[in-house]
Amino acid sequence: MTIAAEPAVAVRGLKKSYGDVSALAGIDLEIEHGEVFSLLGPNGAGKTTFVEILEGYRGRSGGEARVLGVDPAHGTRAWRARLGIVLQSTAAFEGLSVEELVAHFARFYPAPMAVSRVIGLVGLEGKRKQRWTSLSGGQKRRVDLALGLIGDPELIFLDEPTTGFDPAARRQAWDVVRELTSLGKTVVLTTHYLDEAEALADRVAVIIAGQVVEVSTPRELGGRARAVAHVTFSASDALAGKPLPVLRGEVRADDGRFVITTDYPTAVVAVLTEWAASHGLDEIPALAVTRPSLEDTYLRMIAEREARDGDKVQARALAGGTR
Amino acid sequence: MRSDEALSAGAVAAPARERSRKQPGILGLSVARTVIELKQFFRQPQSAVFTFALPLLLLLLFGSIFSGTIKGPPGVKAVDFRQYFLAGMIASGVMSTCFNNLAITISLEQHEGLLKRLSLTPLPPAAYFAGKVASCLVISVIETVLMLLVATLLFGVSLPVDLVHWAAFIGVLLGGVATCTLLGIAYTRFIPNSNAATPMVMPIYLILQFISGVFFQFTQVPAFLQAVASVFPLRWMALGFRYAFLPDWFKMQETGHTWNIPLVFGVLAVWLAAGLAVTLRTFRWGRAGNA
Repeated sequence: MTIAAEPAVAVRGLKKSYGDVSALAGIDLEIEHGEVFSLLGPNGAGKTTFVEILEGYRGRSGGEARVLGVDPAHGTRAWRARLGIVLQSTAAFEGLSVEELVAHFARFYPAPMAVSRVIGLVGLEGKRKQRWTSLSGGQKRRVDLALGLIGDPELIFLDEPTTGFDPAARRQAWDVVRELTSLGKTVVLTTHYLDEAEALADRVAVIIAGQVVEVSTPRELGGRARAVAHVTFSASDALAGKPLPVLRGEVRADDGRFVITTDYPTAVVAVLTEWAASHGLDEIPALAVTRPSLEDTYLRMIAEREARDGDKVQARALAGGTR
Repeated sequence: MRSDEALSAGAVAAPARERSRKQPGILGLSVARTVIELKQFFRQPQSAVFTFALPLLLLLLFGSIFSGTIKGPPGVKAVDFRQYFLAGMIASGVMSTCFNNLAITISLEQHEGLLKRLSLTPLPPAAYFAGKVASCLVISVIETVLMLLVATLLFGVSLPVDLVHWAAFIGVLLGGVATCTLLGIAYTRFIPNSNAATPMVMPIYLILQFISGVFFQFTQVPAFLQAVASVFPLRWMALGFRYAFLPDWFKMQETGHTWNIPLVFGVLAVWLAAGLAVTLRTFRWGRAGNA
């Protein structure tokens, strides 16, 4: 696989507005070859608009965009053949079997994958001859995935690809994505599942109100890596009513459950272990050390953003009122 | 999604040299689209029953009910009304398999995401349209052949008498298919959502059948309805087919006592051009960048 010097996706100052309404307010982003890049953001933040501009489906109002070295507004057939696209909604393919559909889409591409392999890859071997109409929602979604992969694309756009999957099917879909990247393909993943982004993405971008708020690895997003830890345990049974030792952190008791917010969870656990042993316990009930999940961090970022925007709106209203 | 072994066997990897392979040819893609369109058409009840079988059923039903003849001047054999009716039903069949079919299926494709999905693949739009036109032609030819079989075998209707009349028959059939196909595609512009497709198509079809000389002799339709029908292609297709199937004296029964074949093709050509213009200007792939 040849890696071009240019990133797989490069956008600068990308804008999209519908009349007076701004959907994308100047996005700057680069996605490298071979990475899984996840777009996170609440509904209506502009993720799908952004992806549709990159796919050449939607025009842009301003800024620059290059996808696989080509301006997506002027994509050729050869360029389209290098993209794999799984849309958010499933198209209706009535009257055709899974195999007929995948084989038909394979005809569009200069160097498609083998039909049976793609069907196997998405786990639909048993449904090959079955009509699309008779498939479940999750199975139709797998057909979408197969149709997105059949052209053996270099760059794959997955827009909420696992919506409607059961947990086992989601894990299988994740394995497919991991295999794609192991073969050097680039994946742009739009998702609402934070665990999905955490499991798959090399980097994530959080888009809120048409702007990229942060680009980071899932581990470091929103200062997560430096965030304080919580040590929790249950003070029931033998430990009930026993005074706690001195701990490096802030202790909160909550209905028989203790939460210690600390920068030194290892030290806290060591002291707690000794303390429990001194009361004749070698196991502390329900002991856990947690850091904020990607979801906690993401939700906090959105809340902060909304609070700020809310303040702005309020400030504007106040300013208007005094005039 | 499970097979690790399939993956390690290179399921996803395409040799880099294959990248340089040429894009598939437009002719092959058009054929592939035509085949898929035909499969979808005949496998779905909406199209197989309402669009394809309905005109045939109407031919069977009314062919069995209608009796009587249309008399000519002294000395010539009267024309069986079923001979008249067959010409109209063939025209009506073309409208159903081309106009009704495409107006309904394409608006479903627009509103249920198929067109968007196709527009994101390297499939050239020309191959998509070629598949629509070619599949409509095939369906119309099958429909017409079945109607001819039913009419000749069950109702004793006679076929065009000579090459000139056969040529006219084929000319009107091809012209009718082309015009109705383009109009069907163009009409999707006016259908706001997939639920509206059938209610916005079937009434037009039914009304035009009644006033265009399909179920009743055209000259017996009230004059103002004749005027309305004369704006639309169905009345002219039916006239063209009557020229092919009826004896020459029958022109005395037609408006102006003439077959007026040039006008048949003239009206079809004008509607064809109108359909093409609307399609080129307004067809919605859902590819908003081009809208």
